[in-house]
Amino acid sequence: MVDVDPVQAAVTGESAAAPGRGGGRAAVVAQGLRVYGLIVWMWVRSTLAYRASFVMAALGNFAASALDFVALVLMFSRIDALGGFSLAEVAFLYGTASTSLGLADLLLGSMDRLGSRIRDGTLDILLLRPVPVFAQLAADRFALRRLGRISQALLVLGWSLGRLDVDWTAGRVLMVPLTVVCGAAIFGAVFTLGAAFQFWAQDAAEVQNSFTYGGNAMLQFPPTVFAKDLVRGVTFIVPLAFVNWLPALWLLGHDDPLGLPGWVDFLGPAVAVVLWMVAGLAWRYGVRAYRSTGS
Amino acid sequence: MSGAVGEALIEVADVEKVFSVRRKAGRLRRVRQEVRAVEGLTFTVPRGEMVGYIGPNGAGKSTTIKMLTGILTPSGGRLRVAGLDPSRERTRLARRIGVVFGQRTTLWWDLPLKDSYELVRRMYRVPDAAYRANRERCVELLDLGPLLDVPVRQLSLGQRMRGDIAAALLHDPEVLYLDEPTIGLDVISKAKVREFLREVNTERGTTVLLTTHDLTDIEQLCRRVMVIDHGRLVYDGRLDGLRAAGEGERTLVVDLERELPPIDGLPGARTVKVAGPRQWLAFPAGQSAAPLVAAVAARYPLVDLSIREPDIEDVIARLYAGGVPGVAAPPAAGR
Repeated sequence: MVDVDPVQAAVTGESAAAPGRGGGRAAVVAQGLRVYGLIVWMWVRSTLAYRASFVMAALGNFAASALDFVALVLMFSRIDALGGFSLAEVAFLYGTASTSLGLADLLLGSMDRLGSRIRDGTLDILLLRPVPVFAQLAADRFALRRLGRISQALLVLGWSLGRLDVDWTAGRVLMVPLTVVCGAAIFGAVFTLGAAFQFWAQDAAEVQNSFTYGGNAMLQFPPTVFAKDLVRGVTFIVPLAFVNWLPALWLLGHDDPLGLPGWVDFLGPAVAVVLWMVAGLAWRYGVRAYRSTGS
Repeated sequence: MSGAVGEALIEVADVEKVFSVRRKAGRLRRVRQEVRAVEGLTFTVPRGEMVGYIGPNGAGKSTTIKMLTGILTPSGGRLRVAGLDPSRERTRLARRIGVVFGQRTTLWWDLPLKDSYELVRRMYRVPDAAYRANRERCVELLDLGPLLDVPVRQLSLGQRMRGDIAAALLHDPEVLYLDEPTIGLDVISKAKVREFLREVNTERGTTVLLTTHDLTDIEQLCRRVMVIDHGRLVYDGRLDGLRAAGEGERTLVVDLERELPPIDGLPGARTVKVAGPRQWLAFPAGQSAAPLVAAVAARYPLVDLSIREPDIEDVIARLYAGGVPGVAAPPAAGR
């Protein structure tokens, strides 16, 4: 077997297949987005063909995630503050984390089926088509019902924004959508990393779920209620703290429990970009490994 | 479609694929072991040919197909399909090949057949006119009309297989790989699939590589057959050559006017069975039957006769067992 430098292979692996090398990357991305859109549209159409069933599923999705918040509200009927955060502030954390996860789940949630596709051999079928595997996998069985969670989370977020005691400067207003988008990007990268990991460990979907769904459950509470080591872990190792904790600390005027400098609160976009680069490399390397072992 | 018939479309030279498998050896220890799935594989398929590719389970057929489609990267050797290196130029090659797996569908399980076709059209960017013509032709020849609105998961195996074959042809592929296309199908579906494949091969000039366990597929469709066993090609040539190579015997069945003692004294033939007035004479597959028939007719009161070809399955079973001398090196016949 010809040994190829792994990093270089990872970078050029898929794009080498595209016509032309230099413009190849952009062309592959554009084509991936196009195919993603195509498949998603096909699934949306087929979902809407059974409208009643879609409405029921979306409502169920809405209700399931709403129950979390009901529990939170019930808790606040006994207490005034949790770790120094008021109900509106906790609702803000809840709304941002849940919206971000909802978006990532909607757009990339199907990725965790990679392991089962490897096991039953259907990944090969995606590899036979002249379009990026990533786009095909991410769009597969696009579940529009996940809008239920997103709309519930947005409602909570909207409610909290109305009740927060914050001086709404332009910067603070802008920080809200930025937080949600960067949070979604971070969760999306974690979904992708988790999927890439399944190239080696086909049953790893649960590990990834503990970071995404589990991470979301954690981020709905203030960082001040958790042990410092855990907060350190989600800041420096799996940087979920950048999804909403750090921007919220700045926005709501709370002290950082780790005592990090203030500018760290604004690193969300940079963290998202770095995480996506790592996820992209892991993905390419995973595809490469699969194609040489076929298992 | 360009290129003359006879130009090599698939070139495989000394290709090998080695998997490294980790085995348990003790509680925590894992031992790496190399498994050669394919070794020293060499063959070419000219444009427009329909070739049967057979071998027992685990012989390396699927590995070969996966390497030819670019899914798997070979460990060594040279592979070219339509002038492209499959593993390096996988997505570009994908537009020029069609693949059908008997065991898994390439269609979208929950979508109606026509939506699957629509997705294929747009993924492969098939021009409108070509798409319409190809779809119409497939729908007509494969009787897909009533199935277009049915979600794939509700199709029977035979219907799904026809749907899959159509999907693989919508983008006018130059090569069609079929992996067990008739597995599990009833007799009528099998016949329909075979007839369609023959039409695709002769009318469109599509090169076809057919993997199967059903030797009737090969007998009805392919003049050339390649046999693989333990990752090596053990035969490559004409189907009738395979019979001769397998040292098969043909059988002359003669009905005489009355019961007679076993026929003997005929050169090259021996009587293997007698039942009343009917007798069975075995003779080498490579030998002409005419002199034998003439000799019997001259010396015995003959009422009727028939000739049975050696059973291809027996021949192949013998090839698999490695008991056939003289065919280990693939002969050039049929190229």
